[in-house]
Amino acid sequence: MSRKLLDLWVGIFVALGLAAMLFLALKVGNLSAGNFAETYPLTAKFANIGGLKVRAPVKSAGVVVGRVVDIYFDTKDYEAVVTFSIDQRYRFPKDTFALILTAGLLGEQYVGLDPGGDEKMLTANDVIAKTQSAVVLESLISQFMFNKASEGSGEQQ
Amino acid sequence: MITSVGHRVNEALQRLGFAARFFVMLLLWSGQSFRRLHLTIRELYFSGFQSLLIILVSGLFIGMVLGMQGYETLQRYGSAEALGVLVALSLVRELGPVVAALLFASRAGSSITAEIGLMKATEQLTAMDMMAVNPIARVVAPRFWGGVISMPLLAALFSAAGVFGGYLIGVVFIGVDEGAFWSQMQASVDFRYDIWSGIVKSFVFGVAVSLIAVFEGYDAVPTAEGVSSSIKSTVVQSALAILALDFVLTSFMFREA
Repeated sequence: MSRKLLDLWVGIFVALGLAAMLFLALKVGNLSAGNFAETYPLTAKFANIGGLKVRAPVKSAGVVVGRVVDIYFDTKDYEAVVTFSIDQRYRFPKDTFALILTAGLLGEQYVGLDPGGDEKMLTANDVIAKTQSAVVLESLISQFMFNKASEGSGEQQ
Repeated sequence: MITSVGHRVNEALQRLGFAARFFVMLLLWSGQSFRRLHLTIRELYFSGFQSLLIILVSGLFIGMVLGMQGYETLQRYGSAEALGVLVALSLVRELGPVVAALLFASRAGSSITAEIGLMKATEQLTAMDMMAVNPIARVVAPRFWGGVISMPLLAALFSAAGVFGGYLIGVVFIGVDEGAFWSQMQASVDFRYDIWSGIVKSFVFGVAVSLIAVFEGYDAVPTAEGVSSSIKSTVVQSALAILALDFVLTSFMFREA
């Protein structure tokens, strides 16, 4: 086989392989949708983050507006500090409420942002003051049991 | 009996040492072999392009089987829309690199071993040495690099064909919602975490398979019987190396943060 024809076939092979990688990256993976071009960071402190993980989505009204980029434990006030990067296109009022929610009954946890009514907007590196921790199933159950137990003892007396 | 065990261990260690020395020599002579790039391109044609058919067809079928079996199980829990996630993640993370490498080892690795082994048996390698042509730079390095470059491309093609096969069965034949199929897939397949890890895996498998193939050929006993037993051990050792390396790489890559 002549060298030109050989080069052609190898060229086709390499091009196909690269096209497959591109297909995997764009159509199968989230390279096109998941990365926001311009983002700004926001921070929020939670008493308990439950099972929230880095890279979890940040949603407002169900729309993904950003991602969790960092989680660490603050030993000054013993709270979890969560940093998210929010898409530059979206602005939130100062009194926005940050909650940790669960997608479905067994789904992954994500951060929900409920916009308030303030006229001033949050800017980069601001701290969201109002937060609600994750619902921990164990403490919910123990609370329920405790209530039931106290109800029962109340009836007896 | 003890002496025979000792002899075997001794021989195996000697071979391992030779293999390591061979690998270093191969890397050292690679520079010279890249100066005649058409040799590597020729090997890309033989080991890469000619494996296309088997890779694409097997990928398609594996994707179709995954689609059918995945649907069967997922619809019991009422989450048939997660079919895309199942097909894509299992292909991109595991099946793509591993099965493509196994196929590559038996399709291209064995033929590389046979070629080099026969060259050795017919004393072509010695003849090259006599003509001051280094056989590692002329024969071994192009085949090695051809395999290393082909492997990630073939694995990506395998995964892509598999995803298409899963789409064909899941969406076209069974009727899973197309939007949910793709959007759930895109939501849970991460480029860096899943796809990039798959590419790295297939690159490592490419190095392992190509090295085993060229080494077995180069180290073959120069008789008809010796060459046939080297081909056999190329396939066996490649398969073992791929599966063992896959375990090691997976335990490094996919640990929850």
